[in-house]
Amino acid sequence: MKLQLGYIEISNVEFAEKSEIKDGVLYVNQEEVINEVLQDEHLKTARLEITKPGESCRITPVKDVIQPRVKVEGRGGVFPGWMHKVDTVGSGKTHVLRGVNVVTAGKIVGFQEGIIDMSGPGADYTPFSQFNNLVLVVEPKDGIHPHQYEKAARLAGLKTATMLGELARDLKPDETEEFETVGIKEGIEKYPDLPRVGYVMMLQSQGLLHDTYVYGVDAKQSLTTMIMPTETMDGAIISGNCVSACDKNTTFHHQNNPVIAELFKLHGKSINFVGVIITNENVYLADKMRSSDWTAKLAEFLQLDGAIVSQEGFGNPDTDLIMNCKKLEEKGIKTVIITDEYAGQDGKSQSLADADPAADAVVTGGNANMVIKLPALDRIIGMTDYVNVIAGGHDGSLQADGSIEGELQMITGATNEMGFNKLSAR
Amino acid sequence: MTKLRVVHYINQFFAQIGGEEMAHIEPEKREGAVGPGAAFNAEFGEQAEIVATIICGDSYFGENMDKAKETVLEMVKAEKPDLFIAGPAFNAGRYGVACATITAAVKEELGIPAITGMYKENPGADMFKDKVYIISTRDSAAGMRKAVPPMAKLGIKLARGEEIGASSQEGYLPNGVRVNFFEEERGAARAAKMLVAKLAGKDFTTEYPMPSFDRVEPGKAIADMSKATIALVTSGGIVPKHNPDHIESSNASKYGEYDIADVNDLCCDGYETAHGGYDPVYANEDADRVLPVDVIRELVSEGKIGKLYDKFYTTVGNGTAVASAKKFGEEIGKKLKADGVDAVILTST
Repeated sequence: MKLQLGYIEISNVEFAEKSEIKDGVLYVNQEEVINEVLQDEHLKTARLEITKPGESCRITPVKDVIQPRVKVEGRGGVFPGWMHKVDTVGSGKTHVLRGVNVVTAGKIVGFQEGIIDMSGPGADYTPFSQFNNLVLVVEPKDGIHPHQYEKAARLAGLKTATMLGELARDLKPDETEEFETVGIKEGIEKYPDLPRVGYVMMLQSQGLLHDTYVYGVDAKQSLTTMIMPTETMDGAIISGNCVSACDKNTTFHHQNNPVIAELFKLHGKSINFVGVIITNENVYLADKMRSSDWTAKLAEFLQLDGAIVSQEGFGNPDTDLIMNCKKLEEKGIKTVIITDEYAGQDGKSQSLADADPAADAVVTGGNANMVIKLPALDRIIGMTDYVNVIAGGHDGSLQADGSIEGELQMITGATNEMGFNKLSAR
Repeated sequence: MTKLRVVHYINQFFAQIGGEEMAHIEPEKREGAVGPGAAFNAEFGEQAEIVATIICGDSYFGENMDKAKETVLEMVKAEKPDLFIAGPAFNAGRYGVACATITAAVKEELGIPAITGMYKENPGADMFKDKVYIISTRDSAAGMRKAVPPMAKLGIKLARGEEIGASSQEGYLPNGVRVNFFEEERGAARAAKMLVAKLAGKDFTTEYPMPSFDRVEPGKAIADMSKATIALVTSGGIVPKHNPDHIESSNASKYGEYDIADVNDLCCDGYETAHGGYDPVYANEDADRVLPVDVIRELVSEGKIGKLYDKFYTTVGNGTAVASAKKFGEEIGKKLKADGVDAVILTST
């Protein structure tokens, strides 16, 4: 399966009469977007705001971040199962708006949404401070349950990103990149001497409001399976969860999976990147046993020599992470895991909820309990009334002058466990 | 900026007094730098200067630990230094223990910033790496040139009260305190590199060494349950209504002990959960769902279980530090054993 990504560089975003992309500027007709989003009967209000890197601006409570893309050649459309019919994506050509993201915000669960600071110390910890952000703040109608609100906000984000992506359909990309995964036999023939490497991607699936979707299917209800790396680039996997902001994988992370990117870089040189196994993080022991057994079984069947396992969330999923690692190593498959740490504010506690000597190669995204001070910023997009109860906050986190003191946990994407960031710990 | 005052501790060998045959010498103090002190002074430049060097024989220190420590501390104190440096000791065992012991004493008893340096397998490293910063060095004095710059740099930072980075940045032996920092490459690139090295059988360094978990073997099965006394213990946070002992909803600092001698069922309004990590609706409706008093009472009345112990123990497992959980477990275990309980049903959530 072969996919070409064509990047359209977006250097600026502005509101305008007509939605279009001209000379690297994305012009957005607000009304058009809002009207589309408010088609959803669960939503009362929706508004759009623009913020740019370096601005004294704080976005909170952040739910998801989505990169606008459009499929210009090949089967299916972006976000299959949601914005387009279920059809196998991942081949042909896709245009990517690089430099702008759609950020959805709203107090869905309150304590499980995050913060993006566009400047100041907080900006160093979230990758999303580096992009122009079109923030969609949505409010639910009265009497709507949190899970209905989550779904409405999720769809609103996907709709907006899809509408904006469409604007790039006929544009000429500034840069293109090609990614290809070949069949098992062809791969062995092509690279007989290279170690066979797979990627095991763990998907958050701990329960209601802790869901990830694959082609519209709730990962919680799926057995461990395989996906082509390029399918993820077309939005086959989307985030539908409300968990601690620092280590949830946003839809943007799935579209721009760093492990897939790094393995493609080495593909054909030092490794043969065989494919991606996706497995869930359900809470019952039987589910954990089944899913991790299945991971090891598929990896063995693919005759992998090595694997990278990435995680989402912490605590309970640490057991899935260690089970996956242990069972892969038992099959003789050399494994590296990517996680983050909850070592306490003083950094002195055990970092993970589970451990095993087989996990001898660990990459960490840092200690999420680290305390950080975020100064007051001039502009707030969203509302700060949930800062005290946000995961990583405490009673008194939000200070009278508008500054915030709390754990790194609060910051969207800060300790990402796909290894998106440079942050680490020792 | 005035130069920081540094006191340096070395052994008889590095003072060029002699080898093993001179290891018995008592502590002495000399003005200025001696032996490796010159390399430190060169590294310090205008920032700091060794004002005195304390020399002590390794055997003397090892055999007269308390007295030697006291004498050296007095000598250090008299100099009123801003920083104390010992060694580096490389892989010399007695020298390493002496360096680490005296560095810890200077830090703790005199409150003066202090560091040392040695090879990671030096016994002094294992004993003191959690107490003082120990710069990781090579295993022989051939590593002096590489050991001095990180020791000097970290020493000056400590003396100036500057922020100390992670072990991999500063070069000290990991000390159990996890410190965040920004790497050169993103995590996924580091993971891919680590995997390539692991596949090739080459050296790689994990970013988080796995802690050794305290695995407890389950006790032997009870042969005859009809004569056994069973206790119920939970980390699911079941407490009498209104949580009288205020057990925390997360990272609990205590456990509760509650009498259930006359309780047959937790169903009614008397109990609830204090746990903050799961949806409490079902546990609050019927606390037996977490702590099954009703079922055990039934089994007792059917004669299948001898007796239900009169008390239950409870805490909240949500985000609770392993050290606290271990302490609770040991205390609860002792009480149960003393009261002749044969087995425990431990419920979690």
